[in-house]
Amino acid sequence: MSIFVNKATKVLIQGFSPNSQGGFHGLRNKAYGTQVVGGVNPNRAGQEIEGVPVFASVAEAVEATGADASFVAVPPSGAPGAILEAAAAGVPFIVCITEGIPAHDEAKTYNTLLRDFPGSRLLGPNCPGIITPGECNIGITPGEIALGGGPVGIVSRSGTLTYQALNELKLKDIGVTTCVGIGGDPVPGTSFIDCLEAFQNDPETKAVAMFGEIGGSAEEEAAEFIATKMDKPVAAYVAGVTAPPGKKMGHAGAIISGSKGTAQAKMDALREAGVQVGLNPTEVGELIADIVATF
Amino acid sequence: MDLFEYQGKQYFARFGIPVSAGGVADDVDTAVKVADDVGYPVVVKAQVQVGGRGKAGGIKLANDPDEVRTHAGNILGMDIRGHVVRRLWIEHASDIDEEYYASFTLDRSAKKHLGMLSAEGGVEIETVAEENPGAIARIHVDPAEGLTEEAARRWVEAAKLNPKATDGAVDILMKLYEAYTAGDCDLTEINPLILTPDGRVHALDAKVTLDDNAAFRHPDWEEFAGLAQLDAREALAKEKGLQYVGLSGDVGIIANGAGLAMSTCDVVNQVGGAPANFLDIGGGASAEVMANALEVINSDEAVKSIFINIFGGITRGEEVANGIVQALGRVQIDAPIVIRLDGTNAEEGRAILEPHLSDRLRSKPTMLEAAREAVALAEGTTGGAA
Repeated sequence: MSIFVNKATKVLIQGFSPNSQGGFHGLRNKAYGTQVVGGVNPNRAGQEIEGVPVFASVAEAVEATGADASFVAVPPSGAPGAILEAAAAGVPFIVCITEGIPAHDEAKTYNTLLRDFPGSRLLGPNCPGIITPGECNIGITPGEIALGGGPVGIVSRSGTLTYQALNELKLKDIGVTTCVGIGGDPVPGTSFIDCLEAFQNDPETKAVAMFGEIGGSAEEEAAEFIATKMDKPVAAYVAGVTAPPGKKMGHAGAIISGSKGTAQAKMDALREAGVQVGLNPTEVGELIADIVATF
Repeated sequence: MDLFEYQGKQYFARFGIPVSAGGVADDVDTAVKVADDVGYPVVVKAQVQVGGRGKAGGIKLANDPDEVRTHAGNILGMDIRGHVVRRLWIEHASDIDEEYYASFTLDRSAKKHLGMLSAEGGVEIETVAEENPGAIARIHVDPAEGLTEEAARRWVEAAKLNPKATDGAVDILMKLYEAYTAGDCDLTEINPLILTPDGRVHALDAKVTLDDNAAFRHPDWEEFAGLAQLDAREALAKEKGLQYVGLSGDVGIIANGAGLAMSTCDVVNQVGGAPANFLDIGGGASAEVMANALEVINSDEAVKSIFINIFGGITRGEEVANGIVQALGRVQIDAPIVIRLDGTNAEEGRAILEPHLSDRLRSKPTMLEAAREAVALAEGTTGGAA
C-alpha cells in the first residue's frame, strides 16, 4: 500500500521537451518504472520523445491516455496556469516542482483550486515530488536512493532533506511506503497534516518520519494533529537550529505565525505531542530504526 | 526586498495613498533646501531599515532652517542599532488627532491574505497584540476573490476608529490592498495611519517588503535595489545570485537546498564547530554556480575549512564535481575542502573528483563524517592524507 500514487498511476509531463527539466526528470521517472503516458507541449504536439507521445493540451492528453496525475515542470511565470489547466482537465493529482513562484500567485492558485476544482490535489510547488518506491516516482527524487516495501512513511518540507531522509532509512535497510516532499514555499498545496492523515489511514504504513524546518507554523499545526488524531509513532527533525533569524517579515508576519517560528519552538511542540525528535537527520534514522525494531 | 520609508511612500503615492510632501537628502544643505520647498514645520527622519528610530533620536521636528541644519547634522552618520544613517527623508509635519495601524500580509496558516487594522497605532503592534488583542480587527481576504469595498467598510467599523475617519480609512485600505497585490508585496504596513484635525486620513509611515520571486514582472523594481545594506560577503553573493547569509564561525558551508544547507550548519554546530555562513546553491546548480559559490566562501577570511554538502535531485553530481574542478583552476582556494556528494549522478561526480583528491580536497561518504572532518580541519587537529 501507499499514499497518493502507486503502480496504477498514469502520469503526464507538462512542459515536456528533450532538454527541459520536465524532459530530463520525466524521462528519469519513466526509466524508474513510473507509467509516464504522455507529455504536454503545444510546440511539439504530435511528436514522440523517447516513446512518450506529446499532446497540445492537458485535456487532449487525458482524453487519449487516461492520465490521473500530472508533473508540472515549467518556469514560475507559467506554472500557475499549467496547474489550473491540469485541474480543469480533471487531473486529480498534480505535482509542481517549480521554484520561485510569487507567493501571491501560489495563494491565488491554491484558493482557485479549492473553489473551482476541489477534486484536484496539488503537491508543491517548489517540492521534490513523491515516490512510492518500486511503483511510481513523480518529480526529481533520485529513485535509486529509495528502498520500498514499508513500513515507514516520510513527509518533508525540504527537497534535499527528503533525499537525506530516504538515504538514512536505506542505510539501515528500512523500507518506505511513500515519501512525500511537500515543499517549503509559503502556500503549499498539500500540508504535513494532509500527508499525516493519509499515512494514518494507510494500513501498510506503521510509522512516520517527518522533516520540518524553521519559519511559518506548519510543524506546530502538525504537532496538534499528531497529538489528537494519530496513533502511529512519529519521529521528526526540524532544520535550522543554528540558522539566524530569517527574512524579516515586519511586525505583521511575526504575529500571524502564532509562534516564533524557531526550530526550538517547533521541536518543543512536536515533543509535547509525543513525537520523538532527532537533532540531525541521522538521529531520526536511528529513532525510526528503534521504533521499527518493536514491530 | 525591504524598501526604505521614502521608497515605500513613493510607492504608496503611485496607488493614490495620501502621504506627506517630502524629499530625500544625503547632506545638510540638501536637507535645508527640501525643508524650504515642503514648508515648515518639517520632520527630519533617518532612513534605516530598523525599528526604534524615534527612540534612538533619528526622528526630529524642525521649525526653521537652523533647526533642520542641527538635526540633519546630528542624524546623518548616526548609528542606529548597527545601521549607519546615510540618507534622510524630510517631510512637512502633520497635525495629528489620532493614530491607527493598518497592514496586509499573507497568512500562511489560513492560506489567505490577512488585513489588520487597529485604533491603537503609533506603537509596536506586537505590544498591542499581546496586551490588548481585541484592539486589532482582522480580515481574511481570499486571493481568488479580492477585497470588496463593502467588506472593507465592515472591517473599518469593527476596528472602532473615529467615525470621522471611516470614509478615508476605507479608501486608503482599498488602495493599500491594491498596492499589496498589484505590487506582489510580502507586507504593506502603515504605522501610524493618522486622522488629522481637519478629518483627513493619511499615511505617516510606510513599510513595504517586496516578494523577490515576483521581480520578473516588475522591471521598475530595479530602482529600489542597490541601496540595501549588505556586508561585503553578502554583496558578492548577491551579485552572483546565491542565497547567502553570513555567520560568525570558521567552517564555510555550501549545500543545495535551503533545508539541507540549514541542516549542514546544524550538524557542524553539533560536532563542535561553527558555520561561517549559510549558502544554498539551489536546485539545478551548474558548474558555474558551484565555482561562484567557492569564490564567495574564499573571499571570507575567517573561513578555515569548507564543507560542500550535496544531495543531488535536480542538481547533478557531475555538474557539481566539474564546478569544483573549474573553481580550483580559476581561483586559489585557501582553505581545505571536504565534500560529501550523494544522489543524482553522484558516482559520475565522484569519478570526476577522484584524480583531484588530496589533503586540500577530501571526500567523505556521510554528512556526519564530512562535518567532523571539516571541523577538525578548521581547528587544525588533522593533517593526514585524505
